[in-house]
Amino acid sequence: MTPSGLHEVLLRHADERDLTKRAEYEAVGGYRALTTALRTDPGELVESLLASGLRGRGGAGFPMGRKASFIPKPDQTPNPIYLTVNADESEPGTFKDRELMLRIPHAVIEGIVITCHAIGAETAFVYLRGEYATEFDVMAAALDEAHEAGYVGPGIAGTDTNVTIVIHRGAGAYICGEETALLESLEGKRGQPRSKPPFPAISGVYASPTLINNVETIATVPTIVGMGGEEYAKLGVENSAGTRLFSLSGNVVKGGNYELELGTPLRELIYDLGGGIPDGRALKAVIPGGSSVPVLTADEVDTALDFDAMAQAGTMLGSGAVIVIDERACMVQLGLRVAQFYMHESCGKCTPCREGTRWMVQILRKLEAGEAEQGELDLLLNVCDRILGNCLCPLGDAAAMPIASYVAKFREEYQRHIDEGGCPFGGESSLEGVVAPVDQHHAHLRGQIEVPIHA
Amino acid sequence: MPALHLAQDRYGWLPPEALREVAEALDLTPAYCYAVASFYDMYHLEPVGRYEIAVCTNVSCALAGAQDVLAAFERELGVQAGGTTEDGEFSLSSFECLGGCGWATVVAVNWRYREHVTAGDVPGIVAELRGGEGAGDDA
Repeated sequence: MTPSGLHEVLLRHADERDLTKRAEYEAVGGYRALTTALRTDPGELVESLLASGLRGRGGAGFPMGRKASFIPKPDQTPNPIYLTVNADESEPGTFKDRELMLRIPHAVIEGIVITCHAIGAETAFVYLRGEYATEFDVMAAALDEAHEAGYVGPGIAGTDTNVTIVIHRGAGAYICGEETALLESLEGKRGQPRSKPPFPAISGVYASPTLINNVETIATVPTIVGMGGEEYAKLGVENSAGTRLFSLSGNVVKGGNYELELGTPLRELIYDLGGGIPDGRALKAVIPGGSSVPVLTADEVDTALDFDAMAQAGTMLGSGAVIVIDERACMVQLGLRVAQFYMHESCGKCTPCREGTRWMVQILRKLEAGEAEQGELDLLLNVCDRILGNCLCPLGDAAAMPIASYVAKFREEYQRHIDEGGCPFGGESSLEGVVAPVDQHHAHLRGQIEVPIHA
Repeated sequence: MPALHLAQDRYGWLPPEALREVAEALDLTPAYCYAVASFYDMYHLEPVGRYEIAVCTNVSCALAGAQDVLAAFERELGVQAGGTTEDGEFSLSSFECLGGCGWATVVAVNWRYREHVTAGDVPGIVAELRGGEGAGDDA
């Protein structure tokens, strides 16, 4: 049966109570899973995570139990084991981890302590996006409360488990959401990705075994312990177990986060829950998983929100960020703004990404200005092709995949920019005048550092 | 990084002496500290205004008209994105996705978010901040 409608598992009770308060969270059964879990054998907990079918909610969708099982046992490594929570949410379109931290911070903390017990870690880091100032306050206050109640710290809940949680604030760099860049940043360096192997499970933060999970993944752990892995696996569809928060934005009536069972049709999210497109305009395209994934056309809106269905449609569920684009948007302008983002955020380590994103922006700018020549669409695709798979981390791919998909699916519109010597929307596109982000450290050099691509 | 955040809280930005202090405290070179600071958008290597205004101009906000919101701020403050007003009160920037896409356009004032901002709201926001009842200096 196809899952349908809101299905609040993580956010159950969050509407009727203020779950940022420990007492309220406890009143609805909060921290009970922690007490159970700390008296459970760590191996059994990992088994339960495996059985739950929980896949990472950050973007890549790797099974969490399997990731946890890669971590050596405490007696197999001379180094301490660490848990790191990725709270660097910055994929354009994504705002779910923020909501979880603001509304159920104790579930995140409870998930951290349980996961630490499962992998034998005594220290956990939360790498929190620097821009999230309010989220920091809420998480820090919840952490204080959890300390007072003995849920965090030495000898938790009368057992011999010790867990220290450190919230580390980032300072504005998308790349730090990539796990190895995150580790570098956590160690106080420039956030540039490492080459793998070694994988973080063997050599992560401070060259020690490290498990890295997204906020939503960690916040789901208490639920899994509470209901049991097998029971959790019954939610959702095959290969896509459980519920997930989808961040709906763009041209919809009711943007926001919606917790749905995986497998719910995209159409239902946009039209039934999101209220459809304002003023009865027509749907043009949907970005189903954050700005780094290939786009879907209006014809593909019946695709289900699960990992396999999205893969069959040639795209990805990514971070669960659904961006709705109506008929008024120029796809070249969309491509330009997306490319500008990745150019701004490329860390500069790998040449194909550092230079390629710049080329993409320049070609797209020429297209939009009506200055592109015949053949430049193929040049653009060629640049994308040369980035794909040629970089240490997925940022380059994240730039190339969406742009290549816009050209492939809206080729005619792109071609018209060349044939008609300008934007066919004639200034009427909803994205007219898209502005690039300010280069914070070179604002005074603006306009002077453009390197022409054609000699 | 926490040391750089602390130094920036004290000085308002990261002048060379702040980088030297951080370097000394952590037994690093000032050049290393500069290299780290210049990697991240939130560390300022030039002075910034008392109120930092960041307008998200990424896709979801752009679909909601973030361009007009940014232009309204530019008009109201008399500076371009990337600039600081002459009285040193406001710095304005066009920023990457702030994570409030469902409630576009998002504007952060000293990293406290305001959502559903339209160009029409801009004069009111600026007047409020000029009146001193704004987001405060705590962020």
